[in-house]
Amino acid sequence: MGFMAVTGFAVARLRNLFAVVMLTGIFSLTAAMLYVVLDAVDVAFTEAAVGAGISTVLLLSTLALTTSEEKTVNTGDSHWALALVVATGCVLVYGTLDMPPFGDPTAAIHNYVAPYYLEKSGAQTGIPNVVTSILASYRGYDTLGEVFVIFTASVGVLLIIGRPKFGRRRTHRFAAGELRDSMRQNVILRVVSKLLIPFIMVFALYVQWHGDFGPGGGFQAGVIFAAGYILYTLIFDVDTARMVVPAGATRLCLGLGVLLYAGVGVVSLLMGGDFLDYSVLADDPVKGQHLGILLIEFGVGLTVAAAMIAIFFTFARQER
Amino acid sequence: MALLLDIVGWSLLALGSVMLLIGGIGLVRLPEVFSRMHAAGIIDTLGAGAILAGLMIEAGLTLVTVKLALIVIFILFTSPTATHALARAALHGGVRLPQDRPGAPEDELPGPGEQSSKT
Amino acid sequence: MIAAVTVAVLVTMALAIFRSIKGPTVYDRILAVNAFGTLTVVLISVYGFLNGRPDFLDLALVYALINFIGTIAVSKYVEFSHMGRPTGGDELGDV
Repeated sequence: MGFMAVTGFAVARLRNLFAVVMLTGIFSLTAAMLYVVLDAVDVAFTEAAVGAGISTVLLLSTLALTTSEEKTVNTGDSHWALALVVATGCVLVYGTLDMPPFGDPTAAIHNYVAPYYLEKSGAQTGIPNVVTSILASYRGYDTLGEVFVIFTASVGVLLIIGRPKFGRRRTHRFAAGELRDSMRQNVILRVVSKLLIPFIMVFALYVQWHGDFGPGGGFQAGVIFAAGYILYTLIFDVDTARMVVPAGATRLCLGLGVLLYAGVGVVSLLMGGDFLDYSVLADDPVKGQHLGILLIEFGVGLTVAAAMIAIFFTFARQER
Repeated sequence: MALLLDIVGWSLLALGSVMLLIGGIGLVRLPEVFSRMHAAGIIDTLGAGAILAGLMIEAGLTLVTVKLALIVIFILFTSPTATHALARAALHGGVRLPQDRPGAPEDELPGPGEQSSKT
Repeated sequence: MIAAVTVAVLVTMALAIFRSIKGPTVYDRILAVNAFGTLTVVLISVYGFLNGRPDFLDLALVYALINFIGTIAVSKYVEFSHMGRPTGGDELGDV
């Protein structure tokens, strides 16, 4: 935690934005390690994939479009602000003093909510990983909302900076000298990434389907898949990457994932249960739960992967 | 036999930790970017590799070992590649090699169309 | 003994953070973050091994992967100051 404090302080004070981006990477990594120590592996997984990887890449893309030095802001007398922040912090800490100590067996959360899920989850959903079962089934509606948030964020980015300016048509291909302005000339990177990317994709699929038994699930898998594709785009530029995955496929997958998720809910409605009640999807309620969880996790993975790729592409294809 | 494996495992762990520390000290104390890349390389390959190998020996033949082996292979593949990309970026970015500093000739990376004489 | 390993890793992490804050050039910082990522992988592997949960190792693998891709991305940004801009017509690079 000392690392986090030092890094956070440095992030706020350094003016060089690039250094700040690097340090946010370290910050995310330390946060993820904290989660690991707290035994929350799924959260650590997602924090690692998103915070340390994708966020850094996206922040860098933003830096490529803007300046790399933070403008000195003249805030004048900021003592009041500091006092206010410290006071709020003290109030918050004072509020937490009343809470039971961490891990206290008599705490309310350990006696009513958690044991219910821990005991019932195995029998009702048939999958060992309680995190996934809570996320996908007991709180499936929340997760649908999360997927919609990711979808909306991606659509927002596409709307705001998706299209190039009207009337600009660039038709030149790679000239001889321009090939230098690219990483594809670099043999080592080309070969290694071509070796690695299939494994990354397979690993993404493994994480996706293994989410029932270990840490993983749709969000993490989508991010890993997107990371593999982003690696490809980094080494071989946007043109080649676009030839691999046709234009519009990303947009399609973006909507398809959400549609799949909501569709499962509607099918449950049509088959006589509540919205997103997977028990009615198959003859055996447990099998139905399992099937439903698999399907919606896949929907989540699709949308997350498509969203990450779309946002990255939108940033990368901009000119300064 | 088991004792021998145990000894080997622990000594690998100890070796790895020492290598980590050496690499870390090198990272801080060496004078120059390219030298520090050597130190980081020690951390990545010798340090991480030895520690993970020690863990593998300690774990015996289980799923844990297989996963650890995957991690080691992955690190061995990707860490030098990343350092290479970084070194190339540094070289193109204008950081001069120490021996090149005082008025040395231009660096010898071939341009896009030229053949390198020593591929 | 494992405690000694953990202490060594933590000390090296502190050294890496020092270099990442201080490093005069950007390349120092990128290097430090890369090393920090690998140290994180080691730390998680040790911790997962201690608790006897192979699941943690999936996490370590993801970290190693993200570390690698992040370093490549940053190197690309620093070297070319773009992330692979398209050079064709309007359709290329369209999402």
